[in-house]
Formats: sequence, structure tokens, C-alpha cells
Amino acid sequence: MVSVEFAGEATMNEVCYVHSGGKKLKSEIIRINGNVADIQVFEMTTGIGVGDDVEFTGELLSVQLGPGLLGQVYDGLQNPLPELAEECGFFLDRGVYFSALNESKKWEFTPSVEVEARVEAGEQIGFVREGIFKHWIMVPFQLEGVLTVKRIVGAGSYTINDTVAEVEDEKGALHPLTMVFNWPVKRAVKSYAERLKPSETLITKLRIIDTFIPVAKGGTYCIPGPFGAGKTVLQQVTSRNAEVDVVIIAACGERAGEVVETLKEFPELIDPKTGRSLMERTVIICNTSSMPVAAREASVYTAVSIAEYYRQMGLNVLLLADSTSRWAQAMREMSGRLEEIPGEEAFPAYLESLIAAFYERAGIVRLKGGEIGSVTIGGTVSPAGGNFEEPVTQATLKVVGAFHGLSRQRSDARKYPAIHPLESWSKYKGIIDEEKTEFGRAILFKGDEVGQMMKVVGEEGTSLDDYIIYLKSDLLDFVYVQQNSFDPVDTAVEPERQQHTYDLLMGILTAELDFAGKEEARSWFNRVRQNFLDYNSKEWKSEEFNKLEATISQLLADKKKGVEADAVGF
Amino acid sequence: MQKVYSKIESIAGNVITVSATGVRNKELAVVETRYGPSLAEVIRLKRDEVALQVFNGGRGVSTSDEVRFMGEPMKVSFSDNLLGRIFNGSGRPRDGGPELTDTMIEIGGPSVNPARRIIPKNMVRTGIPMIDLFNSLVESQKLPIFSVSGEPYNELLARIALQAEVDIIILGGMGLKYDDYLFFKDTLEKGGVLSRTVFFVHTAADPVVESLLVPDIALAVAENFAIHGKRVLVLLTDMTNFADAMKEIAITMEQVPSNRGYPGDLYTQLASRYEKAVDFDGSGSITILGVTTMPGDDVTHPVPDNTGYITEGQFYLRNGRIEPFGSLSRLKQQVNADTRSDHRAIMDGMIKLYASYKESLEKKSMGFKMSDWDEKLLAYGGLFEREMMDLSVNIPLEAALDKGWEILASCFEPEETGLKSELIAQYWTNKV
Ligand SMILES: Nc1ncnc2c1ncn2[C@@H]1O[C@H](COP(=O)(O)OP(=O)(O)OP(=O)(O)O)[C@@H](O)[C@H]1O
Ligand SMILES: [Mg+2]
Repeated sequence: MVSVEFAGEATMNEVCYVHSGGKKLKSEIIRINGNVADIQVFEMTTGIGVGDDVEFTGELLSVQLGPGLLGQVYDGLQNPLPELAEECGFFLDRGVYFSALNESKKWEFTPSVEVEARVEAGEQIGFVREGIFKHWIMVPFQLEGVLTVKRIVGAGSYTINDTVAEVEDEKGALHPLTMVFNWPVKRAVKSYAERLKPSETLITKLRIIDTFIPVAKGGTYCIPGPFGAGKTVLQQVTSRNAEVDVVIIAACGERAGEVVETLKEFPELIDPKTGRSLMERTVIICNTSSMPVAAREASVYTAVSIAEYYRQMGLNVLLLADSTSRWAQAMREMSGRLEEIPGEEAFPAYLESLIAAFYERAGIVRLKGGEIGSVTIGGTVSPAGGNFEEPVTQATLKVVGAFHGLSRQRSDARKYPAIHPLESWSKYKGIIDEEKTEFGRAILFKGDEVGQMMKVVGEEGTSLDDYIIYLKSDLLDFVYVQQNSFDPVDTAVEPERQQHTYDLLMGILTAELDFAGKEEARSWFNRVRQNFLDYNSKEWKSEEFNKLEATISQLLADKKKGVEADAVGF
Repeated sequence: MQKVYSKIESIAGNVITVSATGVRNKELAVVETRYGPSLAEVIRLKRDEVALQVFNGGRGVSTSDEVRFMGEPMKVSFSDNLLGRIFNGSGRPRDGGPELTDTMIEIGGPSVNPARRIIPKNMVRTGIPMIDLFNSLVESQKLPIFSVSGEPYNELLARIALQAEVDIIILGGMGLKYDDYLFFKDTLEKGGVLSRTVFFVHTAADPVVESLLVPDIALAVAENFAIHGKRVLVLLTDMTNFADAMKEIAITMEQVPSNRGYPGDLYTQLASRYEKAVDFDGSGSITILGVTTMPGDDVTHPVPDNTGYITEGQFYLRNGRIEPFGSLSRLKQQVNADTRSDHRAIMDGMIKLYASYKESLEKKSMGFKMSDWDEKLLAYGGLFEREMMDLSVNIPLEAALDKGWEILASCFEPEETGLKSELIAQYWTNKV
């Protein structure tokens, strides 16, 4: 942190540059007191000295919005990392900044409005093709009131900086429009008609999530868990498989190596829905743990602003932030340097409201043109000591719609994804009837109880009926709740298959089974489990799949003597 | 251009302040004390008030000692002349050899552009089944050993260092016991690798703050070797001492602690060191093996906790064995798909069964009757601990996998293992 004396005007969150050692280091004003501004420098501060000049820009910290964002890899301030690598080689040199978007590329622009048309902020004036999408060129979100189109160019190819239209505001001022504009990252985009209630399931293709603890389009969820429990893997598979249009990955203060995996693999992975590479629907914002901490704080806002931008085109966007705790820690570091009065665990007192405001930027909206667009936010949380009773987890739990809590015990036992099926919850609707999922959940719950009890009274002190419940719950856990992310088939399960598998499993869970003793029951369940595992890794409706299903049904028919009393009706 | 000041305004702990102008953040200075010169680094500038941390500690510094600013941040010499040499925590020779001054390089430099990193792909074979089979170590990985003091973590480090096929070994010691220092020296010498090893050793007898420089110096040197195409293994022991030195400075600077006295930026500080592990596209690599001792065997203590969130897994050393629970290599999936078709399945399957064994063991200890299944698990657990976990076992991965099937077959029926039928058909060895 640096304090600067200034003459004239300074604005909170204004961007400025510290001139030091022949470099200009990007910074942001974070406190103003009299004629002294405290600024956070988004670079390493080695070599800065008292007396260095600071240049104020008058601009707020912003993102550049326009065609060409998809497929990009940016740092937290939207500096494109591949370009930086070309210029500087292996290392992230300080003070080297590039335009976020390609300024020389020509886009085929088709206008969608005519002269004298009336438009408002966020409304469309034309489009270009960006990969698989129609990328709408919109009236910048900050223009106020009703505007009149005074000039619009004909169809043709233009760069992002070419003027494509001119609009006149209510006061008669003319605004030239290009295909790009800046938006201050810390302000939510509000250019829509209304906000709706998230109701449609966002398919992740993970059984435990879609079935038991679903996410909704426009909703929010969090994944707290101790280190190594599987938060990042969970987000990685979600970023690949989720049924959304655009995915924004905010790698916030975590390992660089994890970003590299995405970076190198996505261009090779083909999205079966579109036939195009996954990279074409992805933007990566990456401020990894060894990159400057001040930019880490900004990076989640950069990410959510880009997410909102694509939502404004009527697309469903998923923002995955890993990890929001690092963002909170960045705020803690700055707050500490500002010598603010600390709250719990030295986090700033305003932590809770900032977390709430961030998740509040998720939502499903009806746009002014009638289309529906959504931003869904999923954030991981890395609680100190793996203990959820800490400020970031607690503040997050207050505002999100679903909680996917990872358990150390489950990850130690290699039960992946290590989401705790009983402690996690969701307020959203899933892909399977609630009555059925409740039945499954009850089995898991009772099985857990019996398991606990068995630890006290032993297996011989447990009745056969209880023991069977325990085995049923174990089966449900093993073959449905758990899912092998490294198996090519099991890694992503379509909703139709989830429903089908769940019904097959329900047949077993609801059955009254005929066993002479525990030993027989255990070995029968082992056999079922074995077949189920094989079944899960076979292509949907393939010959082997059908054969294994028949085997499982036959195993059940052999031992079924009726339906459990509490399961009549399924 | 060197500026000299001879009035120290305040001395608190290891931090001194002087009144000076034209000084820059992180600049290096030398404090001439009556006990000899000490390096110091600028850590805060407030108008003309300059705060420095003194690496030899504040003890014995007097208000009239001379402070000489060097006009640049800390640097260290880099060349092949480093090989086979032993330096102290500030990079000064401790082996009686000549001081090195050729090609001075900056320490604590910028981080590697993620766009220029590559996905690690080379397995480092150690001959230890708990590593090779269950948690494969990968070139360019950053991975600490978690343990309580008293465990043979330094022995394990040295063993891996000798077995790993790397070009250069750099040992960064922080608060290293003198005996351990000699142990490393002897072992690496006997192993015939001393001539491609560099030591930066801060011992338990040296001033605590001096250990702060060790990771940065060791890693800056490693980085330069790696850029020159070398595969470098950096051993950092013990990072908890490093964190404690940071805590000391933070408290002196009156920073608000976040957790048990540690500064709020502990995560960032540790990460900026560990993230130096890298595989350079078209060049060499840095692999970091660290030691993090856990005060009170508590993995939720801030140092192991923050470390676990940063590193790519950890080896949990307890009772002289690498524990299957808590141990993790996050890069294992980058290499274990191409070793043998049963590698992943055996890796997960055996651990799941070992978890069940632990449950049966618990039941047994509570005096419950053991079912047939429990008895099977008990037999399995015993075999697993003897034939796989024991650190004296030294066999290649393939032999360890075969051994795995052997153990399973001698304890279970195929369908009790939870392994896929195809693999069982291929690898199941019939009971003898
Ligand atoms: N679904 C899964 N299937 C198989 N292995 C998994 C799965 N999830 C996690 N793992 C294993 O656990 C390791 C750690 O997972 P991951 O990196 O996602 O943890 P994390 O919760 O993000 O930890 P941190 O907080 O330290 O970043 C992985 O490298 C992998 O070996
Ligand atoms: Mg992670």
C-alpha cells in the first residue's frame, strides 16, 4: 500500500499509476483522507520509494466488454496472459499492460436497429458472430434514459473501435458507439426488465448434485471444504459438463498449475452439444496465489462483470470462483494495511456485506427485449482448519441457495465427490421427484444411524432389518452418491440416465428382502454393488449396459419378497 | 551509490528504524554492529522514516551503529561455482570457501506466467510403495512432509533426493539442527551427489530472522538452473520455522494477527515460495519437497493448514510410516493413467479397504465380536501395513502393484474388493 499526496480531485476506486524505476505500476485508490489518497498497487512493490510520482487517470477500475472475450485467459485485471507471455517470456513482468480485446480483428457486424429507433442501456443495436454465439452489440450499460439512434452503419466488417452507431440522449447530447465499452467492475449491471426467481435446474451431470442438492440457473451455491477434499476437481468437472452457454472461471488465489490444466485441456475437449471446443464457451480469469494480492481482490469482480455482460445477451452463464476465501483474505490484507478495526479472525467488519453483494450479482433476469439470461455463481470456500465455523463460510452460507459441504472423512476414504450427502442442502428443485429423493435421503440417514449404533453395540447387537437398512444405504452411497470423475462414462451422467438409474436403485431400496442372515445379506449386496459399478461405467443403453441391468433386476427378483411398509406407493 | 546513516531511531525486536531519504522498498542495507555486519531489508517507508528487518536479529544493535543502504534489493550469485558449496541463510559461505560475486541475481522475483507453464507429466520414482503406488510424486510438484518433530522426515527427504533422477539438489535449511545438517551432508556425500548439491543452511543456532531469506535464495538459484535446462529438486526443511520467523516480525511490526499470532498474509507468503515449483516449457523444472512440522500433531495449526491449501498434496509421516489417510498427491492423476491399467483401481480400492479395516479395528478394540468380514479385513490390514506401508520396503511400482493383487487375493473373494470385473479377470491371482 502506498499513500499519495495529491492536488485537485481524486475518486474512490480510481485507477492510478505509480511511476517507479522506469515503470508504470497500475494501482487503485482505496481510501481518501484530506489530500492524501491510499492506493493499493496491483504489482510487487519492490523498489517503490518516497517521492515517486503517481499519475491519476480519472477512470474507475473497469473491464473492457466487447466481442472476443470468449476463449481468453486474463489476469485479475483483464491483462491477457498469452500476449504477456509473448512479450515477456516465462515471467510476469511488472508494468506491462495490453488491451484486453484484439483491436485489429475485423468482425462481421449486422445492425438490428434503424435510424430514429429508441433504445435504452443494454438493448441491442446489432450483432457479430463470436464462435457459436450471436454476440449482441449493446448500448453501453451506463447510458441513461431513452436514446435515439441517429446513425447506424450498414452490415460490414469493423474493428471493435470503429464507430458503428450514434445515439442521442434525452438532453440532446450525441454518443458515438463502438463495439466495446468499459464497465466499472464493482457495480452490478442492472439493465434488464425484471429479476425472476431461479426455478430451472442447472444440470451439472453429477448425480449427487442434480438429484439431491441441485443448483438452479440464476442461483448461487458454495462448496466449503478442507484442503484436498476435492473443491477444485468438483469445479473443474462442472466447468466441463454443466449445461450452460458460457462458463467464467475465476481462479482466485489458488495454484497456477490447476489453471494450466484447464488452459491446456479445454481447447482439445469437444463439447458434444455444439461440436466445438470447450474453450470457445469459456473465459478464464486467473490471479493465482503468487500473483499480486491486490489484483486478487479485483479479479472476482472482473469475472462477475464479464458474466453479467454475456447474460445481457440472453445466455446462461456459470461463474465458478475458486476460492472465495482467498478473495476474502486479500481484503483482510488490505484492511490490515489500512489499519482498520478488525473483526473476527482479523477479517474486516464489512466482509459479510461484500460477500452478500457479490453473490447478489447472480440471478435470472428478463431482459428489456424479453429474452431470459442468467448468471449462476458457485464459489468454493477454504475454511481455516477445515472448520466451517469461521467468518467466510458463515457469511456465505447466509446468502447462497445451496450448500455442498465437503467432508474430510469422505475424501480420506476416497468417497468422491466428497460432498456430505446428509449435511449439504439446497433450496432449488432437482431432476427427480422430491418424494423419491426424500426416500433415498431417509435411507442414507437411517443407514448412518445404524452405522453409528453398530459402533456401540457391534454387528451382533444389530437386528437383521437394521443391518439391511445399513447395507441399502451403503449401496446408495457407493453406486449413486459417489461418482468416478476419472471414468470416461461415469464422469458425466445425463439427467435421463440419472432418473433411470435412480429408479432401478429405488427398486432395491424399497424392497423387502429375504435373507437368512447377515452374512448372506452382505454378500448379496456385494454382488449387486459389483454389477452396479460395472453398469455405471457402460455407455447408456449399450448392449453391456442392458445386460448388467438385467442381471441386477434378476438379483433383486431372487431375493425380493415384497415392498417395505414405508415404501408402498413408489 | 551507497548512503550511510549513523543514527538508529528505534530498535524493537528485529526491526530498526532510521531516518533516511531516497530509500526504496525492499532495498538491502548493512548494519555494522560491534558483533559484526548484518544484512537488513527495508520493510516499510513512511516519509523519511525507514523500517528495516535485521537478519542477524536486533540483539546487540546500538543506536549509533552505521546503516549502509546498498541501493538495490537482496541478490545472490548464480553460476556453476555454487555446486558443491555450503552457504548460510544470507548466502555467505559457511564452508570456508571463497565468497561468490559473479552474475548476481535478484531473489523473490516475479511469478511464472500461467500461460507459459505446462502440465507436469514425469513421475519421480522413489521405490516407496506409499508414494509410487498410492501418491505418485511428479516432477515440478510442490509437496511437504507433514509430521511431528522426532519423526524421520529428514531421512525420508534424503532418501527421495538420492533416488530421484534429478540434475541438481538444493537444500534450504531453516532452523536445522546441527546434527541434521551433518546428516544431510554425509548422506548426500555417500550417495555421490554432493558435487551437484548446493546448501543454504540456517541452523537452529543462528538468529531466527536469518531463516527468512533461505527459501527465496534457494528458489532463486533453483529457478536459474531450471531456466538453463536443469531438473532441480529443492528440499526445504523446516518451513514451520520459516513461518515462525515471519510471525515474529509481524508481531514486532504490530500487525493484527489473524490466527494464533500468525500474520494475515501467511497464506500469500507461503504460496509465493511454493509456487516457484514449475515445469518450464522447453526447459528444466523445479520440484519442491518441504517439511512442515506440526506443533502438537495438529494439522489444523495455521502453518500446516495454510500449507495444505497451497501445496499439491502432502505426505503424512506418522510412527515412521506414510499414512494413507491425510497423504495425498494431487498430481498423481497426471501420471498414473499411463503406468499400468490397474494402477488407479488398486490405488483407490486398497485404500477403501484399509479404511474399512480401521473401522473393524475400532470395533475390535471396543470388544465386539468380529464377523467373518471383520476377520478378513483385519488380516488384510495387517498385511497392508507390513508389505506396503513399512518404509523399509523398497520395490518398483510394478512389483508393488503385483504385491497388491497378491494381498487382495489372499484375503478376499474378487467381488468383495469393489474392483471392476475386467481388471479382476486380468490381474486376479489365485490363492496359493
Ligand atoms: N471426484 C474425484 N475423483 C477422484 N479423485 C478426486 C476427486 N476429487 C478430488 N480428488 C483427489 O483429491 C485431490 C485434491 O482435490 P482438489 O484439488 O479438488 O482439492 P481442493 O478441495 O480444491 O483442495 P485445496 O483447498 O487445497 O485447493 C485431487 O488431486 C484428486 O487426487
Ligand atoms: Mg482447490
